[in-house]
Amino acid sequence: MPYVPHTPEDVREMLEVVGAESLDALFEDIPEGLRLDALDLDSGLSEEDTLRVMGDLAAANHAGGADFLGGGIEHHLIPRVVDEVQGRSEFWTAYTPYQPEASQGTLAAFFEFQTMIARLCGMDVAQSSLYDGAGAVVEAVVFAVKVTDRSTVWLGGGLSPETRRVVATVTAHMDLTVRTWPLGPDGRSLAPGTDGAPTLDDSAACLVVASPNDLGVIEDLAPFAEAAHAAGAMAVAVAHPLTLGVLAPPGDCGFDVAVGDGQTLGVPPQFGGPGFGFFACREDQVRSMPGRIVGETIDGEGRRGFVLTFQTREQHIRREKATSNICTNNALMALRGAVHMAALGPEGLAETGRRMYTMGHETADRVFALDGYGPACSAPFFHEFLVRCPGGADGAQAVHDALTSAGVRVGAPLADRGAGFADCLRICATEATRVADIDTLVAGLEEAQA
Amino acid sequence: MSARLLFDVSRPGRRAWHLPAPEVADRDPAADLDADLLRKTPPGLPEVSELDLVRHYTRLSRLNIAITTSFYPLGSCTMKYNPVINEQVASLPGFADLHPGADASDAQGTLEVWWRLERILAEVSGLPAISLQPSAGAQGEFTALLVAQAHFEAQGEERHIVLIPDTAHGTNPASVAMAGLTPRVVASGDDGLVDLAALEAALDEVGDDVAAMMITNPNTLGLFETDITAIADRLHACGALLYIDGANLNAILGRTRPGDWGADMMHFNLHKTFSTPHGGGGPGSGPIGVTEELAVFLPVPRVVRGEDGRFSVTSDAPESIGRVRSNFGNFGMWVRALTYALRHGAEGLRRIADHAVLNANYLRARLSDAYYVPHNRTCMHEFVATSRHQREHGVKAGDIAKCLIDHGIHPPTISFPIPEALMIEPTETESKETLDEFVEAMEAIAALAASDPDACRAAPTTTPVGRLDEVRAVRSPCLCAPISE
Repeated sequence: MPYVPHTPEDVREMLEVVGAESLDALFEDIPEGLRLDALDLDSGLSEEDTLRVMGDLAAANHAGGADFLGGGIEHHLIPRVVDEVQGRSEFWTAYTPYQPEASQGTLAAFFEFQTMIARLCGMDVAQSSLYDGAGAVVEAVVFAVKVTDRSTVWLGGGLSPETRRVVATVTAHMDLTVRTWPLGPDGRSLAPGTDGAPTLDDSAACLVVASPNDLGVIEDLAPFAEAAHAAGAMAVAVAHPLTLGVLAPPGDCGFDVAVGDGQTLGVPPQFGGPGFGFFACREDQVRSMPGRIVGETIDGEGRRGFVLTFQTREQHIRREKATSNICTNNALMALRGAVHMAALGPEGLAETGRRMYTMGHETADRVFALDGYGPACSAPFFHEFLVRCPGGADGAQAVHDALTSAGVRVGAPLADRGAGFADCLRICATEATRVADIDTLVAGLEEAQA
Repeated sequence: MSARLLFDVSRPGRRAWHLPAPEVADRDPAADLDADLLRKTPPGLPEVSELDLVRHYTRLSRLNIAITTSFYPLGSCTMKYNPVINEQVASLPGFADLHPGADASDAQGTLEVWWRLERILAEVSGLPAISLQPSAGAQGEFTALLVAQAHFEAQGEERHIVLIPDTAHGTNPASVAMAGLTPRVVASGDDGLVDLAALEAALDEVGDDVAAMMITNPNTLGLFETDITAIADRLHACGALLYIDGANLNAILGRTRPGDWGADMMHFNLHKTFSTPHGGGGPGSGPIGVTEELAVFLPVPRVVRGEDGRFSVTSDAPESIGRVRSNFGNFGMWVRALTYALRHGAEGLRRIADHAVLNANYLRARLSDAYYVPHNRTCMHEFVATSRHQREHGVKAGDIAKCLIDHGIHPPTISFPIPEALMIEPTETESKETLDEFVEAMEAIAALAASDPDACRAAPTTTPVGRLDEVRAVRSPCLCAPISE
């Protein structure tokens, strides 16, 4: 049997010490009627046979190539050093650092992660990871509701339908009113104070705005922070970390909270999980933050060390009064994110952002030069955009299917965004996109039209 | 030596990594976009070489105790060996590079992993309908509570209370509160098990309003809840559901199944029972299993196997609670768990429980002289000792934990589920020699507690830092490195 070290002699000796006649005797507390004879599963496989089965399954997927899929999870270049660090088993086989003296490696790495995320977002403090970007939005909403003691939550129409559904599901029993701030025809959220833009009242706990938003459009963030603050609400930004070398960070735009999905920082797509979520805010709200927080302190001899801090917010101490139920978070993926950020440095981050912007616009220029394909939004975008296809929703589906058959991967038609977008496909280009990929995409789009 | 940070070695202009040369002329976003939209000062990320990075993280890694360095009997966390094949399979490009937006025709292998793991978890639990969506155990609990609420709503009912034994994990009441429900504690009996009389009293009082009871079985004292079917019957008689917290499933794999006890719902921790790594605090994966009756409420999307054997994903489930996270779940953990389950097969999974329980009982038997074991009888995968004997010398559970660190061993879970607890879970992958070394260390600590309690209270002394001032960390919070001049 794999991984179980005992010899028959060991088992005999140990049973004798225990005073049990057999292994079966150790399970006598299980009432007789509940005991199982055997699981109805196949027999175990050797390592080689397991590799063959799993290798065949991996080979049954078609990944890579001209892949323009986006919508939150993206293909990026990952410095090889990220895998090397994650591969240190002292990181990946440890657990939550409850015993700080035995976990200084993990704790110091998360202190650095928090620092890097806070600086990236232009915020004072960050915690040490959540499950994913959608979960981070939920935590931000719950946080704002608690801090403001108000119950109306405004979600920007530029948040993905998936994120909005997660918020609706998770907050279903929290007595909140969830409202949507509308998008304008250019793809941007309606600017506060303009025709059709809502006015927040004193029931508003927060206004959540994503930039770039789910349509790829860059929002002008600062007016939303002002509008939220004018109503006494919190301003929450959903940020894309790899754009923050170029775009103004939420903190500089007056936001109180910055959250987002960290997959683009060093984590492969792996079918959308695990990645990690991040959460940064202002110093005076530290005590309301969700999840694990690492803090610096000293030992009896004055040496610098790190501990999990503000644990009285957490479920293992606070139980039903905790700021969140989160226990296990996504630490190892956050470690990947930290290594990626450090490998890039400020200049590499800015360069990556500019390259994403360049490849996004190069792709868009060539796609929109084709007959029949046009932009769905007129506002500026960063690296991801929507293309309106000829022939309505059916036409978009036909183009998508033709591209898929040709090995070009783009998102399915955006039917979940409503009728106005049912003829649109999402195209995401990054610093990993090659000109040859764009050639293949363009050829595929031409072919699909023919 | 305390840890040096990347920020301490950063030098302006140093770089670890560069992009490939541009294929088309880089465009300057500053030429296109309003200045208000642009970042004005670069973020203070470290500026280091690749060697700086590798050396820094290698040094940090060596400051950790981990499963690959040492025995790690952290109770209720199931710190078993994480097989290397799992990591290699998960990093296969076909799995790692697949985007969640891929067309089903491009994702057949991944969808089959999803489907096969669901079938295995259904067989292991005896609960036929599985959702792999929850990211970790706590999200699994929460998701199942939403399923329970949807079930009552569908019956035109609203229930508000969830019963929880006093030995429950903290995530249980926290998840209950998040779901808008009220936890009510049911006291355990002197035997460490759910007190049926206390449960009945609670049900007599508020039974109509009880949505569910959440029970960890085996419980956090390492004891099997022998009345579990009676508990299920009592709950069902009131129309309430039985939820099993599967944190301790490792103890009973192939030996007994929650579905056969009358459980309606449960969660699994793939990072415990199915050996996916703990990662310094995640990522985990917290699938849930439910009865056929509750299946319609499970989160979407779900995987479906067609009559032609092809797999697809559907969100067509009008009664579903919705979704609790983005995409599908922590696929990278599913692939490891499936690898692990295939390696073991039916007999191998049962052998896991056998040896996990044998190891726990062996340690219990050997340690119950030097340490007080409140329930000193056959246990399951873990047991709880306390510092009662050592307290006579002023040595607490926390001190014993710090002493273990000086022996190069990760301490057990302390002060849970009872005061001054040492909750010890050895797992099945540890050899008798390792367990014997642990016993020797624990005996030496007990002797030291009697002869030189001050030495116990001064531990650890062999680590890069001594006991850290946690009060200072709260009173003068420092959560980020200061910006250097």
